[in-house]
This record gives sequence, C-alpha cells and structure tokens, in this order.
Amino acid sequence: MLEKILILLCLSSALAEQPCKPDASDGYKVRLSIKTALGDEAYVWNENEMFLFRATLAFAMRSHLNGQEFDVSNIIVCDETPRVTFWFVVTSPLNTSGLVDKGVVEEAIRMSRNRINSAFLLTDKTLEFIGITPTLTAPVNPDTPPWLIVFGVVMGAVGAGIIVVLVSPLVLKKRKKNEETDEDEEETGVKAVENGSTREGVYNMSFSDDERLTQM
Amino acid sequence: MKLTLPNPGLEDRILSHKELDKLEEEEAGDRPKWDNKAQYMLTCVGFCVGLGNVWRFPYLCQSHGGGAFMIPFLILLVLEGIPLLHLEFAIGQRLRRGSLGVWATIHPYLTGVGIASMCVSLTISLYYNTIIAWIMWYFFNSFQNPLPWSQCPTNANLTGFVSECERSSPVDYFWYRETLNVTPRIEDDGGLQWWIVLCHICAWSVLYICIIRGIETTGKAVYVTSTLPYVVLTIFLIRGLTLKGSLDGVKFLFTPDLAELAKPSTWLDAGAQVFYSFSLAFGGLISFSSYNSVHNNCEQDAVIISCINGFTSVYAATVIYTIIGFRATERFDSCLSGNILTLLNAFDLPEGNVTGSNYDQVFQHLNETHPDVIQHLDLKTCNLNTFLSEGVEGTGLAFIVFTEAITKMPVSPVWSVLFFIMLFCLGLSSMFGNIEGVVVPLQDLKVFPKTWPKETITGITCIICCLVGLIFLQGSGNYWLSLFDTYGGSIPLLVVAFCEMVSVVYIYGIDRFNDDIKFMIGHKPNFFWQATWRVISPLIMFVILVFYVVTKVSEKLLYKAWDPESEKFPTLEDKSYPAWIYVIIFILAGIPCIAIPSGICRIKRLLHLEECC
Repeated sequence: MLEKILILLCLSSALAEQPCKPDASDGYKVRLSIKTALGDEAYVWNENEMFLFRATLAFAMRSHLNGQEFDVSNIIVCDETPRVTFWFVVTSPLNTSGLVDKGVVEEAIRMSRNRINSAFLLTDKTLEFIGITPTLTAPVNPDTPPWLIVFGVVMGAVGAGIIVVLVSPLVLKKRKKNEETDEDEEETGVKAVENGSTREGVYNMSFSDDERLTQM
Repeated sequence: MKLTLPNPGLEDRILSHKELDKLEEEEAGDRPKWDNKAQYMLTCVGFCVGLGNVWRFPYLCQSHGGGAFMIPFLILLVLEGIPLLHLEFAIGQRLRRGSLGVWATIHPYLTGVGIASMCVSLTISLYYNTIIAWIMWYFFNSFQNPLPWSQCPTNANLTGFVSECERSSPVDYFWYRETLNVTPRIEDDGGLQWWIVLCHICAWSVLYICIIRGIETTGKAVYVTSTLPYVVLTIFLIRGLTLKGSLDGVKFLFTPDLAELAKPSTWLDAGAQVFYSFSLAFGGLISFSSYNSVHNNCEQDAVIISCINGFTSVYAATVIYTIIGFRATERFDSCLSGNILTLLNAFDLPEGNVTGSNYDQVFQHLNETHPDVIQHLDLKTCNLNTFLSEGVEGTGLAFIVFTEAITKMPVSPVWSVLFFIMLFCLGLSSMFGNIEGVVVPLQDLKVFPKTWPKETITGITCIICCLVGLIFLQGSGNYWLSLFDTYGGSIPLLVVAFCEMVSVVYIYGIDRFNDDIKFMIGHKPNFFWQATWRVISPLIMFVILVFYVVTKVSEKLLYKAWDPESEKFPTLEDKSYPAWIYVIIFILAGIPCIAIPSGICRIKRLLHLEECC
C-alpha cells in the first residue's frame, strides 16, 4: 500500500515537473545580463530574485487577463544556468495542469514589459525574452523639423543683411543730396564752385568775398 | 641660359616704375585697396586653407606611409609651392591687374591663359558651394538631441528599423538617403531634393553678402572665416586627446614607413596635394595681390603663407586622427564585446568570465573543445589596425566617419555644431578666392557694362552659378560632383600653372621680373628663386602633369555608386560611366585647355581693352 502511494507520489511529482523543460512549446527562455547593465552595482542573482521574477510575471498575467488570479506558484521555472538564463512556463489558475497559451503569455509580457524591466533595473536589451521582440518606441516627430527653424533664422538674418547693405548707400546718397541742396540755398553771392572729384581743379579766387579785404 | 622670347610692345602695355610710384603717392586710380595688411594675409590664408587640408591631406598622409609622407610633402612645398606662390603675388602686385588682365598685358596671345583660369574657377565655384550647402544641412540638423544620424529610423509598422539603414549604418543612411537621396546610377537623375535646394540658396546668399562689394566686404568677413577654424581645431584637439584611443590614431598617422618613399605615386600625390592646396592657377591670388601697395613685401608674404598652409595641414591631420583613433577604438571595443556576448550566450557562462584580456585564451580553449559550436557562431575578427586604416577621404570623412565619431562623444550636438561651423568657414573662405577668380576676369572682359554697380555684377554671377549648380542637387548630384571634381578641377589647373611659369619667366622676361621685384621690395630675388622659377618648378609641374594625364587616361572610367540592390551593399559599387559622359568630361577638361591658344583669336578685341590704366 505504502509503496503504491509512494509510486503515485513520484509519478505525480514527475508529471508536475514535466510542463517546464527547455524548448517547451508554451514556454519562453529568459536571459538576464545584470553585470552588463549595472557594472559595479550589479546584484547577485539568487532565490529571492527568482521569486521576484515569478511574482512580476504573475502580476503581468493578472494585468492582462483580468479576473484570473495568477499566483507565484503558477509560474514554473527550470533549467537555470550560471549565465542567468532559464525557461519558464505559466500554468492556468483554473486548471493547474494546463499551460497558458504562448501567444497569451507573449501579449501579457509585451503589455507590462516596462514594469518587468524596471523591477530588475534592466532594459529590453539586458532582460531578454528570447522570441519576444521589443516593440520600438514611436519616434517623436515635431511639427516643424528643427532644421527648418535654424534655416529660417539664418536665412532671415542673411536676407536682412543683404537688404541693409544694398539700401544703405542709397539712403546715404539721398541724405547727402538733401544736405547739399540746403547748403546751396545758404551761400548767397559766393559763386565759388568746387569741383569735388578731381583735386587738381584750380580754385578760382576771383569770386570769393574779397570785398572785405580791399580797403578801397 | 637667359632665354627670352621676343615681346614687342610690352613696355607700352605696362606702367613703368616711375608711373607706379606716382600712382602710389597720389592714391589716384579706381582700384580697390585692402584696409590693412592683416585683411590681405587672412584672405590669402583663407583661400589656401580649405577643405582639402582637413579631408584630403590626412588621408594621403596615412595611406602613403604616415610620417614618411612629410618628406616629399615638405620638399615639394619648398620647391614647387613657395616659388609659384611668390610668382603669382609678385606679378599681380607689379601689373596691378586681375588674372586675365595680367596675362593679356604680358602678351595679347596669352589671354587664353586668363580665360582658362576663369573657366576653371567657374567650374570649381559651381560644385564647391554645393559641398557648403551639404555642410549647412548638417549644421542645421545639429541642433537636436539625439542627433538624427545616431539611430536608424523605425519602419512603418514599428517592428524594426528601415532595412536600408539596418544593412548599412545610421550615418551612411542619413548621408546617402536623407541628405542626398542618391539614385543607384548617374543616369537616373532622381529629381531635385528640395531640402538641399533650400540649403543651396542659403549658401549662395551667405556668399553673396560676403562678396557683395568685393574686397570691401570680403576683407571684413575673413576676420571670422579665416580665424574660426583654428579655434575649433584647437578645441577639438583638446577634446580629442582626452578621449580613449586618440593617441593610437595619432601614432598610426605618423608612424613612418620609409618604403613608401620609393614609390613614384607617393611623390606624385605629394606634388598634386601641394599644388591644389595652394589654390594656384585660379587667378584669385593674382587678383588679391594686385590690390596691395606697390612696395609690399610679397616675398615675405609668400613664405609666411606657405608655412601657415603647411602647418595647418599637419595640425588638421593630427586633430582628425585623434578623433579617428577614438572611433576605431570604439568600434574595436564594441566588436569585442559583441563577440564576448555571443560566446557567453552560446556556452551559458556567467558574465564576467570572458573579458577583453582573456578573450583569446578562452576562445582558443573553446575552439579546441567545441569546434562545431564555434563555427556556427559567426564571430567577427576584431583588429584595431583594420579599423584605423579604414582610411576615408573627402565627403566620406566629414559626413560619415567624423559624424559617427561625434555621436559617440558626450554632448554630441555641441561638437557637431562646432565641426560644421569650422567646415563652413573653411569652405566659404576658399569660395571668396574662387569667385574673385570669376568676377574680376568677367569685368576685364567687359561682359557687364561699366555703369553697373559692383553689387549687381556679383549678384548676377551668384544667381547664375546658383541656377547652374542645381545639377548637383538632384538624386544623382553626388556623382556629378565627383565627376566635376576629378576632371574639371585637376588637369586644366596643372596646364594653366605650367603656362604661367613659362609666360612670366620666358615671355615677360626673368630679367625684367627680377628688376620689378627689386623695385618693389628692395632687393633682387636670390639664387633660390632664380633656380626654382627658371628650371625646377616648371620641370616639377611638367612631370606631375604628364604623370597625371597618363594615369587618368589609362585608368578605366568608373564611379562609386550607392546601390541598395547590389550584392556588395553597403560597400559602394564600381560602375562605369555611360557613353555620353565622355563628352562632358571632354568639355570639362578640354575646353579650358583649348582656351589657352584661343587667345590668339582675340587680339583685336584686346587691343581695345588696353586703353584703361
């Protein structure tokens, strides 16, 4: 009798262990690269960390399948290596011998990937679920590309500069003209004409106000 | 051997020494003048120091035996560069005309030399400003973090990266696809790329505002454009030396390999580099020198500018190679980490078991115990020297290699902005000389009516060049640019420079030239100048020209294309040009050379030209 019970127990425990094995159809391989991610601040991977992993995964399953109460015991882990890789399978809380479908597990993990990563201070690259590719973050596309803004600034400055350089001699010329017409109106009786461009012109003294000097 | 060809009427065409002194005293004459000596020196330095110093010289140095390359470079600098430079300065200062005017004055038959000079300056102006447009595009894109060329863009459904980018690299993708949008072959023109057209217009506008009134405005602009590159190079040197692996780069650059000195191609490349680096035969230097006072010491100027140019080349090479050393070390480290990770994952070893130092032993051990597993792993060979000798030159260096190195430095946008400002200043200051070599001959040829103000003339030149330059903004623009660069900017310059030397020494007369220099600077040029002007430099020019023509003619005409569908992708594929390109090559290289003897036909027109001054 006792022997039968023992055999039954062994069989049942063996059966219970069977769902988790390497290359299980509904299981995933996990690889952690803690030293690569954290360098000197790396923590040691031990039983407690493994417990946290199973709890996080149960949390992910709970969040995805609302209503079903997954527990740490539903996450079965096996084939741990010193590299820190292992396989896991998820059993359904409603039917302990049945495994949750691979696709469902994948979706659950994708949804809570960020939370799982943060629990271990790792990233998508250092906490790998072999077979689940990380979804890339959508790039931030600003309405105006930044380069167009800088281009606008530079082009505006250059355009303004060109206009200033082209217009300023004309403005100066106009101002000079106005000043010259003012001076002409002030000079009465003095018909001395200075030819401004050549300095070799002879200054004609005959029409300057000599009258002041002559005593006669 | 005082061979001088008969040159009647020369006395009538040039101002005598007495007249020159009188002109100087009375400050009459409508020729523009430099505000001070510094402006003149900075303009010439800016013209000579250009993009070639940054991206051609380091490559040549590294590929021709490192430190050993300095020997032919320095020898040819002294025997070829300095004499030619002194010659151009002296003849410009003496005859007080732009390049076309100088050759027409020496002998009316030689006008063709001036026209050839102008054609080459025009060809080079057209494509050089497109490079500046590309630099501006990268500059505008540097004001964001992370830099757009640091990561691949994601594809439409966010499952991965764009395939072209995945297979090559983010920097390659940004250059070939997002900047150039390059077509796989030169026949497909791909249409105009509007973003580069905007940068092109911006580049020409900036150039216009700097040259709007000739040296009046250029002289002010060079205070910034000629000095800023040195400041930035120094900043990069300090930054570069603090990066890991920089000294490996510098050591690699300067390690001499004296065996290279025996190869003629080393000497040929050194000679060509000295020649192109000095921007000789463009006509710009003659023009700039003609705005000087008659008694300016052009001999001293030539020596100073040559030294500055040589020093800048070596300095820039050092800076570039500190950064390249850093990049190579980064690549090596990531290659090694990749291999280590692959090994750890394959054999499930704990992290930290395999490091850089014990990688080889572990690899050896694993190869012996599990050879079949190792074979399937596809491990890469990581060799630092291979990464260092991925020598790139030209646009590849600036826009691919250097930008990649910048993304790996902390605070990348700052370094990117600095780097592209430096390239922009280097390019712009060279453009001043190029445009001078175009605008002044056009004025001498009386293409524009004399009443038109200078602003209009420079404006029209800029607009026309901007419009013609649209060829380089198409999808196939990059291929057109390298075509123009290889054939339009090389052989004609060598021919013109050779003709210049022969004209001054044998047609103008070396005796007269010596007397002129004695009048200008106070002493007759010594034996060194006599020997180089009469024999050594023309001989060197001739040898370089012959070798160049022979190499170019004998090699098959190929261009490197970026073809995502080729098997060798991402390596550039060699494709041969279509038949009609040969016509274009002939036009580019042939027309300036043919222009030289064509001057004989223009005598009649020129005799009317000589009325002024």
